[in-house]
Amino acid sequence: MSAALTAKDFATAQEIRWCPGCGDYAILKTVTKMLAEVGAKRETTAFISGIGCASRFPYYVDTYGFHTIHGRAPAVATGLKLANPDLDVWVVTGDGDGLSIGGNHLLHTLRRNVGLKILLFNNEIYGLTKGQYSPTSRRGTRSPSSPAGSVESPLSPGQFALGSGARFVARAIDTDKAGLGEVLKAAHAFDGAAFMEIFQNCIVYNEDVFADFTDRKSAADMQLPVQHGEPLLFGADNEKGIRFNPEDFTLEVIDATSTPEQVLRHDQTNKVLAQLLVELTAPVALGVIYSSPGDSFEKSWYAPRKNGLQRSKTVTDALRSTNTWVVN
Amino acid sequence: MDSIVVRLAGDSGDGVQLMGSQFIASTALSGEDFATFPDFPAEIRAPVGTTFGVSAYQMNIGADPITTAGDAPDVLVAFNPAALKVSLPLVASGALLIVNNNSFTARNLSKAGYTKDPRDSGELDSYQLVSVDIGRLNLEAVKLLGLSKSDGGLCKNFWALGLLMWMFGRDLLPIENWIRQKFAKKEIVRDANLGALHSGHAYGETAELSEAIPRFDISTADLPAGEYRGITGAEALALGLAAAGELADRPVLFCSYPITPASPLLHRLATLGELGVGTFQAEDEIAAICAAIGASYGGVIGVTSSSGPGIALKTEAVGLAVNAELPLVIVNSQRGGPSTGLPTKTEQSDLYQAVYGRNGDTPIPVIAARSPGDCFFAAIDAVRIALRHMTPVMLLSDGYLSNAAEPWRIPDMADIEPIEVNAAPEPDQTREAQILAFARNPDTQGRPWIPPGIPELMHRLGGLEKDIHTGHISYDADNHQMMTDLRAAKVESVARFFPPQAMELGDAEGELLVIGWGSTYGPIFQAVKQIRESTAAVSYINLRHLFPFPEGLGALLGNFNKLLVPEMNMGQLSTLLRDKLGADPTPFCKVTGQPFLIAELTDRIQSMLPPVAVAKEDSR
Repeated sequence: MSAALTAKDFATAQEIRWCPGCGDYAILKTVTKMLAEVGAKRETTAFISGIGCASRFPYYVDTYGFHTIHGRAPAVATGLKLANPDLDVWVVTGDGDGLSIGGNHLLHTLRRNVGLKILLFNNEIYGLTKGQYSPTSRRGTRSPSSPAGSVESPLSPGQFALGSGARFVARAIDTDKAGLGEVLKAAHAFDGAAFMEIFQNCIVYNEDVFADFTDRKSAADMQLPVQHGEPLLFGADNEKGIRFNPEDFTLEVIDATSTPEQVLRHDQTNKVLAQLLVELTAPVALGVIYSSPGDSFEKSWYAPRKNGLQRSKTVTDALRSTNTWVVN
Repeated sequence: MDSIVVRLAGDSGDGVQLMGSQFIASTALSGEDFATFPDFPAEIRAPVGTTFGVSAYQMNIGADPITTAGDAPDVLVAFNPAALKVSLPLVASGALLIVNNNSFTARNLSKAGYTKDPRDSGELDSYQLVSVDIGRLNLEAVKLLGLSKSDGGLCKNFWALGLLMWMFGRDLLPIENWIRQKFAKKEIVRDANLGALHSGHAYGETAELSEAIPRFDISTADLPAGEYRGITGAEALALGLAAAGELADRPVLFCSYPITPASPLLHRLATLGELGVGTFQAEDEIAAICAAIGASYGGVIGVTSSSGPGIALKTEAVGLAVNAELPLVIVNSQRGGPSTGLPTKTEQSDLYQAVYGRNGDTPIPVIAARSPGDCFFAAIDAVRIALRHMTPVMLLSDGYLSNAAEPWRIPDMADIEPIEVNAAPEPDQTREAQILAFARNPDTQGRPWIPPGIPELMHRLGGLEKDIHTGHISYDADNHQMMTDLRAAKVESVARFFPPQAMELGDAEGELLVIGWGSTYGPIFQAVKQIRESTAAVSYINLRHLFPFPEGLGALLGNFNKLLVPEMNMGQLSTLLRDKLGADPTPFCKVTGQPFLIAELTDRIQSMLPPVAVAKEDSR
């Protein structure tokens, strides 16, 4: 038995080509650390990516890896998972790759519940193509392709995932090692499609777009860390809580010290609650928002195949499984 | 009688395709050779009685080797005026026309565009017309079972089949057995169909009119000895892919998105799980090929399939498989284009797309199947090339081949060479895994196939240009030239493994060489054979390998004064022969959505032969 692997064992010698200060560095570090901590085997782990800054990821992880084409990583990963369901397959994508050109594949991968761990780096901008607005960019975003400000409404990745039938939806901030680490571990342990939206700071084209809740000064008041079974509390002294308002079916912030009995407890199996949580903007819900296991696609796909993809009949027999006749 | 062409035509909902396939099943058991041509509209149920809703099934049955569904039908069974109207221009003069009297109502005649009833107008004088109350007689046969008029009417295909079986002196038992099995759980439907079948058969035997209905006695075909079965192109392709998996000792994962006329392949493969075949119905064409690439990356033979428009969508991913040097088979069941075009009609117009249709210098081998049974061997060839050279391979079939059926001598799997794979190398501590993963076989340029799971061989793949030795990303100028050369050399090396081009008919030198590919095999073979009865000046080859061409093909072409290339497109193989071999062929193009007729081909070939040969033909 070889010694346990460390985060360093999961890093390649490749020169990393992200911009200095890019949030991707922090994500990479937390991912390699998590892989070591969960005891992942390098040879049975594969990172599959599409195109974009985020999709360079596989070159920097010392496992198997495949940098595919724009938007199609979930489809390639689905084929790989069917070919070998024992592999740990991670998909790395971004808001453009996963929600624009590849939106269809992401939708169906989540709907099918393919056992893939999907990291969506959301920076609300196209980075690699030099700063055009993306499907998650806010209205009014000024960019080379929207000089007067974008007139499109942004997509909510969390709502998209839940609406697609995802059974695991989580959120984390790129530089939040503890929060991201927990989310990654929960995703790794989840049997089925695990969707993670990571708020990633693009320092070149969209710097500080998430600063309203990631900034150290406002973090306590703007971040709502969710834990299954625990009350939904936040604030420097957990003095604020989340209550369900039955009048208009929304979540609202209340003073948790005066009416603690009204503070909701997080139930990660409650889809309605998950849908309300991903819509909150002040504070922003982080952590495992929804986790409701069901049979994975590969499990159901293999269920009727007693021998897996092995043969139990010969072609010689199959050729004769119809009326045949002999010519002398 | 040596051979006869029968065409069944009716509304889409008349059950003509079922009637035809059942008649063919009995033909096979009678020891006759056959070829079929199902010809149906794109609409599932087009408006009743309209000419555009006509569905037809043509079959050529006989003793001589049959390679086409026949030019002109000798017998036409028309279930309604529209079917008669659409089919009449096709049938031979003097043909036997069996029409369903009950459908010749004023309304149906008008829907078909007849101003006068053709049965009385003299229009059919040059044919042998037999009008039968198929609709009424069928309803009488099934009425005791208590079926509604509309449900009972659905049995009329079996009534007509019974009559046809009598005309050809066939045993009803195999069809009875089929009906009993098929409708085992629906007793009333089973009994109605059996009743209709027997009633039609008895009608032939007893009706006063029976003298007017000729009977046919087809000689048994002189086929090579062996065990036979009937097979369609889609079935043969499915079994061929499974056979390739067995020969390579690897599972097959078939990833596809439904599209006409490629879907029968997905349906057939979905039933072959026991043969180590998995199927995945993807969300779109792109996902289908990408999942197949993922499967290949995982060590399983990835296959995807579509028709022209769907192949267009897959194009970018084909380039990924080229760059990643992964095996992949892409099946194109071609249909009429452009755009959505003619989904249910046949064409060969995707050859440019297959050979030239990608961004970058991105060559891939292209091969074609030529007959339903040949699809089995073409599938094995495609997988063999893909695994030997670690490349995507395009396999061209077409709508006609997919649906056409023929008797097929079942091959002995032991006669087929196993398929070798580029196995993962032994771990080597002194060399980086990236280098081992891209250490290519110098004869084939195939790199080792290393699925995730092997600790010492972890490597990374991608669509970016990579260093020729290490596979790491490389933007180096000289390296890109070397990699481009390498990809070209790889595809060129495929030809070194081909057998020399076979002559289908005639000598390897002479006046005229007819060059065909794909499903034109049948009609061209018959046409050249007919002409060769009077002159040896014409030879014929059918190309399995379209890119690269077999080595020596250029020299073979140079042995002839003239080259004729009949194609169901605007001359795409002609272009390719000019481009790759500098040949100067004469194209003969047909893009009607219908296969070539033998007569069109003999006329065209004759026109290219010197007068002396033509005179010889005339004096015969």
